[in-house]
Amino acid sequence: MRIKLEKRPAPSVAMMVLTPVLSVLLTMLIGVIVFDFLGVDGFGAVRDIFLTPILASYKWQDVAVKAAPLVIIALGLSVGNRAQVWNIGAEGQYIIGALFAAGVGIAAGDLGGPFVVLAMVLAGILGGALWAAVPALLKTRWDVNEILSSLMLTYVAGQVLGYLVGGPWKDPNGRNFPATAPLHDNQVLPIVFPGTTVHLGVIVALILPFAFWWLMARSMFGFQVRVVGAAPQAARHGGFDTKQTIWLALVISGAMAGLAGAFEFTGALHAINLGFPSGYGFTAIIVSFLGRLNPIGCLIAGVVLAITYVGGQVAQTTVHIPSSTAGIFQAMMLFLILASDIFIRYRIRFVSRRPQAAAVAGE
Amino acid sequence: MSIDFIIAAFITVVGLTTPILLAGLGELVVEKSGVLNLGVEGMMLIGAVCGFALTYTYGFDYPGIAPWGGILAAAAGGALSALLFGFLVLELNSNQVATGLALAIFGTGLSSLIGQGFTGMIITPFGSIFPDALATGRYTQVIFGYSPLVYFALAMVPAVHWFLNRTRAGLILRAVGENDLSAHSIGYSVKQVRYAAIAFGGAMAGIGGAYFSMVITPMWAEKMTAGRGWIALALVVFAGWRTGRLLAGAFFFGVLMTLELYAKASGFSLVPSEVWAAMPYLMTVVALTLISRRETAGGNAPACLGKPFLPTA
Repeated sequence: MRIKLEKRPAPSVAMMVLTPVLSVLLTMLIGVIVFDFLGVDGFGAVRDIFLTPILASYKWQDVAVKAAPLVIIALGLSVGNRAQVWNIGAEGQYIIGALFAAGVGIAAGDLGGPFVVLAMVLAGILGGALWAAVPALLKTRWDVNEILSSLMLTYVAGQVLGYLVGGPWKDPNGRNFPATAPLHDNQVLPIVFPGTTVHLGVIVALILPFAFWWLMARSMFGFQVRVVGAAPQAARHGGFDTKQTIWLALVISGAMAGLAGAFEFTGALHAINLGFPSGYGFTAIIVSFLGRLNPIGCLIAGVVLAITYVGGQVAQTTVHIPSSTAGIFQAMMLFLILASDIFIRYRIRFVSRRPQAAAVAGE
Repeated sequence: MSIDFIIAAFITVVGLTTPILLAGLGELVVEKSGVLNLGVEGMMLIGAVCGFALTYTYGFDYPGIAPWGGILAAAAGGALSALLFGFLVLELNSNQVATGLALAIFGTGLSSLIGQGFTGMIITPFGSIFPDALATGRYTQVIFGYSPLVYFALAMVPAVHWFLNRTRAGLILRAVGENDLSAHSIGYSVKQVRYAAIAFGGAMAGIGGAYFSMVITPMWAEKMTAGRGWIALALVVFAGWRTGRLLAGAFFFGVLMTLELYAKASGFSLVPSEVWAAMPYLMTVVALTLISRRETAGGNAPACLGKPFLPTA
C-alpha cells in the first residue's frame, strides 16, 4: 500500500476549520511524549499549559487580558499576510504605540479623564502606524524587503524604549529603576468588571474581529487585499494598486499593534519598564496563522495562545519547566498548522500496489 | 590612540564578525538553492546550547577534544532543526516565510528548555590553539590569537565561493535555485539538492551560534545570540548573494558592534549608548535600501527564492 496525494477540485472548507483544531490536539499529544522523553513530567506540563487556565476560573481574567493584545495584533497581521506582505515587526510597533501613549500621558501632566485616555490610545495607534510606515515606504519606493526592515526596526524600538525609560522619562521616585512613573488613576483605561483586571481593551478585542470580518469579507478593500495576495498579476490587470495595498497592509497592522501596546500600557501595566516588550508581536504571527488569517479565527486562536501563556507560568511553578517552554508548544502549533495546509488543497488516498489482492481481501 | 588599543579593537571586530559570517555563508548557500530559511536565529540558539552542553559535560574528562565535539554537536543541532524546516517546506510545500518564523520561535524555546540545566555554568573558552608565545604575543596575536572557528569561517569564504562557481555540484545547486522546473526536467533532484543546502545552512548557523556560548562568553544564557541571526539574513541580501561582499559586510557590522561595546565600556559618548546599540540594525535598513536600489536592476537574487517547487508530474 502507498500513500498518494490527490488534488481536490476546490479547497476544502472542512479541512480549513478542522486542521487548526487538530494541530492544537496533536501539539498536546506530541508534548506529552517529547517532554516525558526529556525527563520532564509531560502529562503535567501539557495539563498545566493547556487545561489549568480553562479549568481554574480565577485564571480566566489572566487569559482574557493576555488574549486582548494577541487578538488585536493578529487581526492587523492577517490583513498583511493575506496580501503576502510580511510584517514581522509588530513587536516594535507595539512598543512604539505604548511609548506614544506614554508621551501623551506625560504631556497631559495632572490632566486625566476619558478624553485624555482616548488621546493616549489614539496616539498609540498613530505611533504604531508611523513605525510600520517606514517599511512600507522603503518597500514601495526602493523595494526593500519588508520582513527584514520591519524586524530590524523592532530592535531599534527596543533601544528607543531603553533610552526613554532609563533617561528622560525615568520615574524620579523609582529608586533609580529604569521605568516610567505609574499612571495617575485618572489616566488609566477603565476596568469593565469591578474586582478583576479585565479592562476596556479586552472588550474592544472582542468587538474588533467582527469589524475586521466585515472589512475583509464585505468591503472593496478586503477584496483588493485578497486578490493582490492570491493573484498579483490578475490584480494588476484588474487595476488594483499593489503599492497602495502594501501601504494599507503595513499601516493597518502597525496601527493595530500600536493600539495593543497602548491598551497594554494604559489598561494592564500602567507603567513601562525594560520588560515591557514581551513577545506579543511575534506570538501574534502564530495567532494569525492558527486563526487561518480569518478575523473570527484570530479571536479563537488568540484565546488558545493566551491559555498557553498563562499555562506556561503555571507549569513553571508546578512542574518546574522554564516559562519559555510555552514557546515550544506555540511554535509546534505553527509547524503543524503550516504542515496541515496541504490537506486543504489535497486529499490523501491510500492506493494498493496490487489491486487484485485488495479485491480478494475485500470479499 | 595607542597601537595596543588598535590591536585590541581589531581582535574584537574579528570576534564579532565571525558568527554572522558563519551563519551568513550558510544562508547564502540555502538561498542560492532557492529556499528562504528565516529561522537562522533559532538554529543559532540551538547550536549555541548544543555546543555548550556537550563541551560542559565532557570538558572535565576530555579537555582537549570536548570543544571540537561541541562544535560538531552545534553543527548537528543546527542541521537537524533545519531539516525539520526542510521537511515542511519541501515535502508539504508549506509557506517558507511562516515556516522559517516558526523555526526561529521553536529554536528560542527549545534552546531555553535544553539550557535550563546549564545556566550559570562556565566552560574554558575555545580559544587559540597556537602556542602561547604566538597566541598572546603583542603583535602576533593579530594573526594567531583567535579561536579555530575564526580561521574556519575565513576559510569557508573562498571554499563556498569555489563550490558555487567552480564545481559541478555548485552549478547544479544554482540551477535549482534559478529554475527548479528546468533542473527537474533534465533529471536533477530538486528536493535532494535543497535538503543538502538547508542542512548545510543549519550546520553553519549552529556553529555560528556556538561561537557565542563557547568563545565569546563561555556560558549559556537564554536568547544569547541577541538577533544576530536576523542580521546574518540581512547580510546575505546586503551582499547581493556574493561571498566576497558577504565577508566585507560581516566585517562592517563587526566594526559597528565593536563601536557599541567601546561606547558602553568607556561611559563617554556624545550620544546615548542606545544609539550605538541600535546602529547595527539601523545600518542594516540603510544598507538594504542602498543595495536594493541597485540590485533590483541587476536582479541578482535567485529566481526561485522562497517559491514552492511544484512539478506537474
